[in-house]
Amino acid sequence: MKTRFLTLAATAAALAFGTMAAEAKVKACFIYVGPIGDFGWSYQHHQGALEAQKNLGGEGEVELAYLESVPEGADAERAIERFARSGCNIIFTTSFGYMDATNAVAKKFPDVKFEHATGFKRESPNISTYNSKFHEGRYVQGIIAAKMSKAGVAGYIASFPIPEVVMGINSFVLGAQTVNPDFKLKVVWANTWFDPGKEADAAKALIDQGVDIITQHTDSTAPMQVAAERGIKAFGQASDMIKFGPETQLTSIVDNWGPYYTKRIKAVIDGNWEQIDVWGGMKDGHVVMAPYANMPDDVKKAAEGAQAKITAGELNPFTGPITKQDGTEWLKAGETAQDGVLLGLNFYVKGVDDKLPQ
Amino acid sequence: MRIELVRRPQHSALFSALSPFIALGLTLIAGAIMFSLLGKNPLEALYYYFIDPLTGIWDPSNRWQLHELAIKAAPLILIAVGLSVCYLSNNWNIGAEGQFIAGAIAGSFIPVVFPGFHSWIVLPLMLILGMAGGAAYGAIPAFFKVRFNTNEILTSLMLVYVAQLFNDWLVRGIWRNPEGMSFPGTIRFSEYAILPQVWPDAGRAHWGFVLALIAAVVVWFMLSKTLKGFEVKVLGQSPRAGRFAGFSSGRMVFFAFLLSGALAGLAGISEVAGPIEHLNEKISIGYGFTAIIVAFLGRLNPLGIVAAGIILALTYLGGESAQIAIGVSDKAVRAFQGMLLFFVLACDTLIHYRIRIVGAPAAKAGEAAQNA
Amino acid sequence: MLEQIIITIATAATPLLIAALGELVVERSGVLNLGVEGMMVMGAVTGFAVALTTGSPWLGVVAAIVVGALFSLLFGFLTLTLVTNQVATGLALTLLGIGLSGMIGESFVGQPGIKLGTLYIPGLTDLPFVGKLFFGQDPIFYLSIVLTFVVAWFLFRTRAGLTLRSVGDNHGSAHALGINVIGIRYLAVMFGGACAGLAGAFLSLVYTPQWIENMTAGRGWIALALVVFASWRPLRVLAGAYLFGAVSIGQLHAQALGIGIPSQLLSSLPYLATIVVLVLISRNRRLTMINTPASLGRPFVPDR
Repeated sequence: MKTRFLTLAATAAALAFGTMAAEAKVKACFIYVGPIGDFGWSYQHHQGALEAQKNLGGEGEVELAYLESVPEGADAERAIERFARSGCNIIFTTSFGYMDATNAVAKKFPDVKFEHATGFKRESPNISTYNSKFHEGRYVQGIIAAKMSKAGVAGYIASFPIPEVVMGINSFVLGAQTVNPDFKLKVVWANTWFDPGKEADAAKALIDQGVDIITQHTDSTAPMQVAAERGIKAFGQASDMIKFGPETQLTSIVDNWGPYYTKRIKAVIDGNWEQIDVWGGMKDGHVVMAPYANMPDDVKKAAEGAQAKITAGELNPFTGPITKQDGTEWLKAGETAQDGVLLGLNFYVKGVDDKLPQ
Repeated sequence: MRIELVRRPQHSALFSALSPFIALGLTLIAGAIMFSLLGKNPLEALYYYFIDPLTGIWDPSNRWQLHELAIKAAPLILIAVGLSVCYLSNNWNIGAEGQFIAGAIAGSFIPVVFPGFHSWIVLPLMLILGMAGGAAYGAIPAFFKVRFNTNEILTSLMLVYVAQLFNDWLVRGIWRNPEGMSFPGTIRFSEYAILPQVWPDAGRAHWGFVLALIAAVVVWFMLSKTLKGFEVKVLGQSPRAGRFAGFSSGRMVFFAFLLSGALAGLAGISEVAGPIEHLNEKISIGYGFTAIIVAFLGRLNPLGIVAAGIILALTYLGGESAQIAIGVSDKAVRAFQGMLLFFVLACDTLIHYRIRIVGAPAAKAGEAAQNA
Repeated sequence: MLEQIIITIATAATPLLIAALGELVVERSGVLNLGVEGMMVMGAVTGFAVALTTGSPWLGVVAAIVVGALFSLLFGFLTLTLVTNQVATGLALTLLGIGLSGMIGESFVGQPGIKLGTLYIPGLTDLPFVGKLFFGQDPIFYLSIVLTFVVAWFLFRTRAGLTLRSVGDNHGSAHALGINVIGIRYLAVMFGGACAGLAGAFLSLVYTPQWIENMTAGRGWIALALVVFASWRPLRVLAGAYLFGAVSIGQLHAQALGIGIPSQLLSSLPYLATIVVLVLISRNRRLTMINTPASLGRPFVPDR
């Protein structure tokens, strides 16, 4: 009985695999750090994957597989290796914490292509890294915030003091200061990417301390709901959160991975995939702003103007003169920050009302 | 109708042996129902959960999965073996996760602070420091319990959060890798500070699994063949009888917490020096809590715990294969583990009791409602 | 501003208070149910799902209470009828709850929920400083305060409460007096489940009106700690829940003010404070002895 059950199930499985592999031209696999239903980071990566599949001819052409909520410890390497062994041609690992695991598996499977999001290690030729310049969106948000705020103070719910978040905070303040040189930003570190209760509490604390614009660098929609309840404006994060604050959301930075995923999977199909290190911004379609809403026309114009300039490559948020928080000079007039410095950024610019955790 | 328990004069050897299998059978049935409700083929789902990860036994191309099984099971077994001593002696340590982290931190001291110290002695020192760290962290709730009579369930649990936050602060602050682009995490350990793999050609299982097996055998021997083991059980079952026999319950609290803390700490440093190779803020993924299930699944017997650890690890690996192959959501794993534990606990009742179903007079139920 | 801060603290404290009151009654009857987190998360998903599908948040609240109570019956059947280990069974309940709720809730993720309306009494709610606090919050907040006093009154002023406590203090002699120990414990466990379900519904219908996997985020465990923290007295549970809420909100305010203390240290304050208070309270052995249910966690098998 037991053996019969075994063979039965095994044949069923083999059949399933066999038919699928025969049809699709390429198998693209994704590892997500959260549930795809988080409506934030992992959700957007999954949307990108689906978009790429659609762009390249649907299920018959591109087979997708994914694993969600994969912890970033010893489990990551197993999950990636499982994909590498199961016939994936290209594997996207979509969180910083998968860096070492991705590199380790990539060495073992030279014929499989690997793409690691937000990392910086490329230890073998079959691994690329990619990331987005989310801070470009933060700069536009800063401009909007300074124009909309009566108090001259905005609140920033931050997750963890990593360069991307520090960059976002600085970029927001720099954008705001182009409108109001005295604009201030209060920061609360929630020490989580995702805890609706805590993020809601942080939003309330910031509002009670007098900020009248909330921006979040955490993934849940709770701060948006709190802002809506208290009748102030807010910015969304990662996805368009307008559903959660129809009269509240000014705009949102939407992580748009579809174009990149399409390009890379197509490269595998065409046989011209090469190792790259991409840090794409508005110009490349990586960073998209959700429709500007709940603001007067002049503010909307200013935001669109800044967005157009950044997209055209005429404006870099990190262009001097910029003074650090401690008063020393960082960038001279006209000088722009080097990517290497930004990607390891660990200090604030002037105007941030917080001490950066070290 | 009412269910009544009748205590058996002697515990039933038959059910002692059978109950884990009955529980497993019931879990499979319940699991099959769950998968059918989710619209999946239950046989296929169960195949991926429980058989696919084991295909490496006869299929060499799948042998790597057995290594992965060993990697996943090692920390669960190490921690659960220590917890069994705690629970047998009636000490409710549920903060093994914190002791796991404390061990990982203490053991990482040498490779992080003295990265240039290259010698064969580094690794043994790390393991010892890891055990010491875990034991010291476990000693805190023990001390509060003995000295102030404080409930250890809650203090040990609260200390988990504190350990997580402390580790977070450490790897983002003073221990952060200066070349890590300001990302959290220490430098990578040198090869002298990494647990070697047992069989590098076939997969990446490291000596942590062997340590877990050794710990299980040693603790099994201690519990079943020595006076100390007798003391553990007597004090656990009846503290008064234990005191009568001249055993100190205060010393037993420390013994149990130090032992389980040390083993959890060993699991922590083995995880860091094994598959992860550096300390970061993501090391705590709940092994300390899952190990509680493992301890009970193994019925607090270290040898049973080895089997239980492997079964639990199987559900994790199988959950992954099922997710990829037939799209069963990863939440099913947790529900599965919960059901398994329920059935094991329920079936163990059969060892000590006979179950009788009797028709009860309806008046009794009414009376209960009135009294409350 | 102060009023708003107090309301924020009340919102943070309310789910803890409700879940802890339920667990207090359970423990007073001599049963330790570590499954609060699991029952709470089941309540959260039920409340959200029912509110969204029926359009009525109140139906959601009722459904959450019912599901919480039913879910706790699973624990009751194992520990009371089959006399399994209470600690392990409670943990199993938590695991099962987190897994099941995740599966049930999968299709509800990312949908804005329905918020339970707040009270509005013309005139009173508009009073400066205290209007919103006393007359303008959600109904569950007021319910939680009332519940505190009802539980206190029930346990210490009624015959039924005395019976329940006697079961928790010495189930042997309670049984000898003809009290149905198991029956009473079943009812207590179900009350605990109902309260945990309500606390969960508060999270998904008031606190943050949305459903997210594992959204209780450890609050069930805090509720458990509060019961011991309060040495099994309802009014002290009230004080403890608000103290805990105040510390967790206070640390966010300290950050927003730009005080340069590591945020990890601030985040760990509520836990450290709980440990300190637990130690201080348990130091006084005589006091804890009076209040601790002596049969807590001990299995009971009637010898007919």
